[in-house]
Amino acid sequence: MEIYLKDITNIGDYLSLNVSKIKKDFPILKRKINGNKFIYLDSASTSQKPIQVINSIKNFYEKNNSNVHRSIYKTSEESTKMFELTRFKIKKFLDAEDYEIIFTKNCTEAINLVVNGWVKKNIPKGKILSSVMEHHSNIVPWFSLKNPIKFLDVNNYGELNFNIDNNIKMVSLTHVSNVLGTINNVKEISEKCYENGSYFMLDGAQSTPHMKISLKKINCDFFTFSGHKMLSPTGVGVLAVKKELTEKMNPILFGSDMIKEVNLENFTVADSPYKFEAGTPNIESVIGLSSAIDYLEKIGMRNIEKHTKKITKYAFEQLQKIKNIKIYGPKKRIGLISFNLKNIHSHDVASIINEYGIAIRSGHHCAQPLMKRFNVSSMSRASFYLYNDEYDVDSLINSLNKVYGVFKL
Amino acid sequence: MSLDMYAEEILDHYRNPKNFGEMKNPDYEYEELNPICGDKYKFQIKVENNIIKSVKFNGDGCAISMASCSILSEFIKEMELSKIKKIQIDELLKLLKINVSLARMKCVTLSLNIIKKLNINNDL
Repeated sequence: MEIYLKDITNIGDYLSLNVSKIKKDFPILKRKINGNKFIYLDSASTSQKPIQVINSIKNFYEKNNSNVHRSIYKTSEESTKMFELTRFKIKKFLDAEDYEIIFTKNCTEAINLVVNGWVKKNIPKGKILSSVMEHHSNIVPWFSLKNPIKFLDVNNYGELNFNIDNNIKMVSLTHVSNVLGTINNVKEISEKCYENGSYFMLDGAQSTPHMKISLKKINCDFFTFSGHKMLSPTGVGVLAVKKELTEKMNPILFGSDMIKEVNLENFTVADSPYKFEAGTPNIESVIGLSSAIDYLEKIGMRNIEKHTKKITKYAFEQLQKIKNIKIYGPKKRIGLISFNLKNIHSHDVASIINEYGIAIRSGHHCAQPLMKRFNVSSMSRASFYLYNDEYDVDSLINSLNKVYGVFKL
Repeated sequence: MSLDMYAEEILDHYRNPKNFGEMKNPDYEYEELNPICGDKYKFQIKVENNIIKSVKFNGDGCAISMASCSILSEFIKEMELSKIKKIQIDELLKLLKINVSLARMKCVTLSLNIIKKLNINNDL
C-alpha cells in the first residue's frame, strides 16, 4: 500500500504522494482530448473515480446485488451488511461517534433535510446566519422557510469575519468556499455558536474530500458532504447529525422503509436513521462510497490534505505570473483557484484551453451572490485533487498563455 | 477545431459590439439570463408602423454570446416586428459564419431567445 506514498520524502509528519502511481488508478485520465493528454482540473465540481471504486460497483452487481433491509436470503443479507457497514465506516471517517449518519442523494438534499425537517419544526421563526460565500445549495433552501436570514460579507481577500448577534438561532456555513478556496475557522465559529446558544450546520462538500474531518473536535450540530466529490459515484450524500437532535427531526420524504406500521388511516415512523431514508436507497453508490473511503484512507487524509495544499500553492504562484490575471480569494486556501483574464470571458478561456485537453470550470459556480460581491458575472476555476501534480499545473499555465494569442491581445 | 469559433469577425463584434448601450423610452425590451453560465443581456427596440427602427442591447457574456447579440441586433433592424419570431437558429449561425460546438450553442441562442420574447412582453 505504501506504493501510493513516496518512501523517503517524509516532510515533517507527512509523506508526499506518489501521484504518477495514483494517476494510473484513474482510467479516465488515460484519455486523450483533442489529441492531448487529458488534464482534469475540475474536481471541486466532481472528482474522477479510481478503478477500485468502479470495480466495487461491478463486483456488487455480479455477486451481492439485492435490495437492503428487506429479505432474509443470502445476497440480501450481504447487501444490507455492506450498506450498513458503510454507515459505520463514515462515522469513523468523520470521527463522529455521537452522530447519526443519514444517507441522502447528495449534499443539497442533506441541507434540505435539516432546513425542512429540523429548523422548520424546532426554530420556525429563529433568525438564521449564513454568508455571501455559500453555494446556492446553502442559500436557496432557506428561502423555502419564513425565517429571517442574515448573510455575512467577506473581505476583499474572500475571508469571513465571523460575528454573531444574540438573536441568531442557527448558523449555516460552508467549511471551504467552492469559489475562493477559503478555509473557514470552524472551530472558533463553533465555539461562538455554542456560547451564543445557536445551532450550527457545516457544509463540508469542499472540505471532506481533502481534509481530515473530526466532528468530535469541530462540534457542529449538523454536517453535510457529498460522495461524488471524493472519488465515490454520484447519487449519495451524507448528513451527520448529533444523535439527540434526530428525535425532533421530521422526515421530508415519505413512503416505504421509513415506517414501522402502516394501516389505511395512518402510519408510525421507523427509528432514526431509517425514518429519513424513504424508498430503496442508492445502494450501489453507498457501496462505491465505502470503497472510496478505503482508497482515501489507504493514502491517508492528512497526506492528501498536505498534497492538495501544496499543489494549490504551486498553482497560485504560477498563475500569478500570467499577465493581466485577477485571482480571487486568500493566499491560505485549499483545493481550488478562481481567476479571470482581463477582457476575456471565463467561457472563452475554458473553451480555448479545452482544445489543449484541459478541463476547468467556468461560469458562476452556483454562487451568484458571491459573483456580485466581486463585481463579476463569472470566473474560471481550476481545482485540484490527489491525482493532480505540478505537470498538470504547468499544462494549465501553458494553455492559459495561449488564450491571449487566440484573442489577439 | 473549436478555436475556429474565434474568427476575426467574431472577435471584432466582441470588442466593438454594434448597437451596444441603453436607449431611452423603448417600445419593447426584454432581459434574460442564461442560468447555466450567468450570461445576461437586455434587448430594447423602437418600432414604427410595425417595423423595427432602432435596436440597442447591453449586458455581459462570452465572445460568442456577445457577437451573436451584436450580429442579431444588426439583422433585425428594419425588420417587421412579426417576423422576428420566425428567425431560425440556422439563419443566425449562417450570419455568424462559424461552426459552433454543442457546448457553446447556448451562447448563440441566448440572443435569439431574448428577441423572440420582445413583443410578448407587456407594452411599456
